[in-house]
Amino acid sequence: MEIGPIWRAMMKNKAGFVLIALQIAVTMTIMVNAFAIMQERSKNVGRASGLDESNTFAFASALFADYENAQIQALIDEDLALLRGLPGVRNAVASNSFPLRQGGWSQGLQLKPGSQGTDTVGTAIYFVDEHGIDTFASTVIDGANFTPNQVTWKVEDDNTWPAYGIITEALAKELFPDEPESVVGKTVYINDDEPVNIVGVIDRLQAPWQGWSGVERSLLVPQRRAPGFQRYIVRTEPGYRDELMPQVEELLSNSNLDRIIRDMTTMDQVRRLAYIGDTAMVKILSFVVGLLTIITGLGIVGLASFNVSRRTRQIGIRRALGATKPTIVRYFMVENLLVSSIGLAIGGVLSVAMNMAMVEAFALEPLAWYVIPTAMIALWAVGQVAVAGPAKRASNISPAIATRSI
Amino acid sequence: MFRYYLKLGVLSIRANPALSALMAAAIAIGIGACMSIVTVRHVMTDNPIAHKNDVLLHVQLDNWNPDDPYDEPNEPPEQVTYIDATALHQAGRAFRQTISFKSDRVVQPDGDDAKPFQEVVRATTADFFAMFDVPFEYGGGWDSAADQTEERVVVISAAMNQRLFGGEDSVGRMMTMNNDPYRVAGVLAEWMPLPKFYDLNNNPYEGAEDIFLPFSLAVTGEWGSSGNNSCWKPIDGGSYADYLASECIWIQMWVELKSASDRGTYLQFLDDYVEQQKQLGRFPRDLNNRLSTPAEWLLNREVVDETIDVLLSLAALFLLVCLLNTIGLLLAKVMRRTNDISLRRALGASKSALFSQYIIEAGMIGIAGGIAGIGMTWLGLQGLENVFSDYDFIAYLIKMDWSMVMLAVLLAIVSALGAALYPTWRACSVSPATALRIQ
Repeated sequence: MEIGPIWRAMMKNKAGFVLIALQIAVTMTIMVNAFAIMQERSKNVGRASGLDESNTFAFASALFADYENAQIQALIDEDLALLRGLPGVRNAVASNSFPLRQGGWSQGLQLKPGSQGTDTVGTAIYFVDEHGIDTFASTVIDGANFTPNQVTWKVEDDNTWPAYGIITEALAKELFPDEPESVVGKTVYINDDEPVNIVGVIDRLQAPWQGWSGVERSLLVPQRRAPGFQRYIVRTEPGYRDELMPQVEELLSNSNLDRIIRDMTTMDQVRRLAYIGDTAMVKILSFVVGLLTIITGLGIVGLASFNVSRRTRQIGIRRALGATKPTIVRYFMVENLLVSSIGLAIGGVLSVAMNMAMVEAFALEPLAWYVIPTAMIALWAVGQVAVAGPAKRASNISPAIATRSI
Repeated sequence: MFRYYLKLGVLSIRANPALSALMAAAIAIGIGACMSIVTVRHVMTDNPIAHKNDVLLHVQLDNWNPDDPYDEPNEPPEQVTYIDATALHQAGRAFRQTISFKSDRVVQPDGDDAKPFQEVVRATTADFFAMFDVPFEYGGGWDSAADQTEERVVVISAAMNQRLFGGEDSVGRMMTMNNDPYRVAGVLAEWMPLPKFYDLNNNPYEGAEDIFLPFSLAVTGEWGSSGNNSCWKPIDGGSYADYLASECIWIQMWVELKSASDRGTYLQFLDDYVEQQKQLGRFPRDLNNRLSTPAEWLLNREVVDETIDVLLSLAALFLLVCLLNTIGLLLAKVMRRTNDISLRRALGASKSALFSQYIIEAGMIGIAGGIAGIGMTWLGLQGLENVFSDYDFIAYLIKMDWSMVMLAVLLAIVSALGAALYPTWRACSVSPATALRIQ
């Protein structure tokens, strides 16, 4: 084909083409690396927390008067009875935290008692009563939920750990990787040597820290605690959440004037806040990549238009000598293909280099294999679309031009 | 001559309005992308107390686990224990010293229908306000006597004063928190240290607290810290007194020296103090005390999220693409005018005359791009604010000051001139004969 002549013509006027090739190369570098970051960030955003998020809300009750422990316990019982009795409420629980909240309690579990030389597995801890599992929308897949008499109030100044626990499937796998049978009935140790008997395994309940590598590991403990600051989690029947939230706030604010109700929030809000960094990064980067592609496309259009007008006379001559319109169009398309290919080859090398630097500096994951080919195909297409307009105009140059001087 | 070249430039820009607009727009967008990230980073890395940077020092003592440093490789804890904070504060060996922590209180406004609300308060000592140049609207801080006598005084922010007292001079008036009465000693003027250098734990951009009260009062009332608290060994017992006597770190300590040259003396004092504590069986690790100026402390705590650095490097590349685009277009423009140029050369125009002409033309596009770039930066910042709207402190980070505007224009002009160099050089090297030969 005409690659030879096209290439030689380009070589006569290298600078413009070198610039476009470089521009394509850098565009590709940004595109590939932005995509790698987006992919990593968006991977996390979609993970399920285990909660029935669209029908769950949470709030805190902060007591500011001096209450005895027994008074606080009575207040919590009263609150929970009120919440659970409201029409539209499916279940409610007082706990220390909930998934995606980014603050909570974590501790290490071990298979053998002792303080030295034992491997521990970190897990999130949720203190709940027998309503915890239903409120958290978890399903018991092995064993059973806590019975009401397993649930105890924490005695002041007594730090003994409750003897029972329910763990998530992911925690079970981490603790007993080689156990084909049920783990119900097994014992793990917390605080070096306090035994916890596993009474049940649930499918899923995330830890409160969505950035933690062990985010799927949680331990439910049948203990109720009575500090003046309490977090309540309420699961409603589908569709009741939005009308219940102001109602609950009103009811509880008025039921006791020595406390305030605060941090009333839906799980949707909690999720948005938890992943704001990730979603924002994805939005910003997709915008940047989009804008960049447009700029590069416009640059190609601009340069091609100039080339067309600079070569008006030559094109006229070629037309006069018998070149058809499609031949002229093809000339510009092939020319663009050549420039793009050179740019993309350089871009491929730059992308990998920058990715290696970012993996090093920011602990990103290396590129997936298909990212570079995809970016290449996309940019080839952008180049061809951008050059199509000027090429069409070039093909419309009348052969008669050749007969005129400039 | 300059005015003539300006006129020529305008003519040339007008001759190719779409192309010139494209060049200016490319520069503007590149500048906008870079500058919005640079602006956010500028606020994030700001040192709000830079004017006292050489005399203020953050104090760290290494009371940590003998087997494990607080943080790799051998970082001392970020905060200090109650025992050390109060001992060093009482010793009073620096010109000024302050120890503080944040806690939660429920404010109960007067009036029957006013609802109580929870606030983060800072329990601190008298020197805090003078050390950090905290501006007062009314009244002032408490004197150091109040640190001992546990006087029930508070200093409140302008916003809190607005909320509780409608913004009037409330010095001497009473307010209630957790059923306890407090007398207002002072009201602050607007004060927004970003980052909150004196306590970088949790969120460095949440702004200063709205209520300040004496440290001694908080300790007597057995208040817990609502900030970070770390312990490396179990506390002996469950009471608040046991907590105060523990090796848990939860207090931020700063000192102010008379002059920067006293730093060695104060560090020596700290080392002597720790040696003395070692005799009592504390401080099992090797001597590892540290003093940091606010600038050093901000750097040490790596306040800047690495996300912003990833974005900054991408934005810089983005600007590079925009510039390559502009160079390409300028070059095309020059190549198209080869005949013009060589005719002018043949008629006697010197290379330097041509150089001035084209660089002025490029400079004009650069200025246009820079001005549009400020707008783009503003748009970019609005976009960032929008994307991060769930963070209630985001508005503080989205601030363009004059230095940033100037930087944007400067960057635009430098970029445009940089982009113009090669095409202009090509224009100058057109030989005078070409035009004559073709014609």
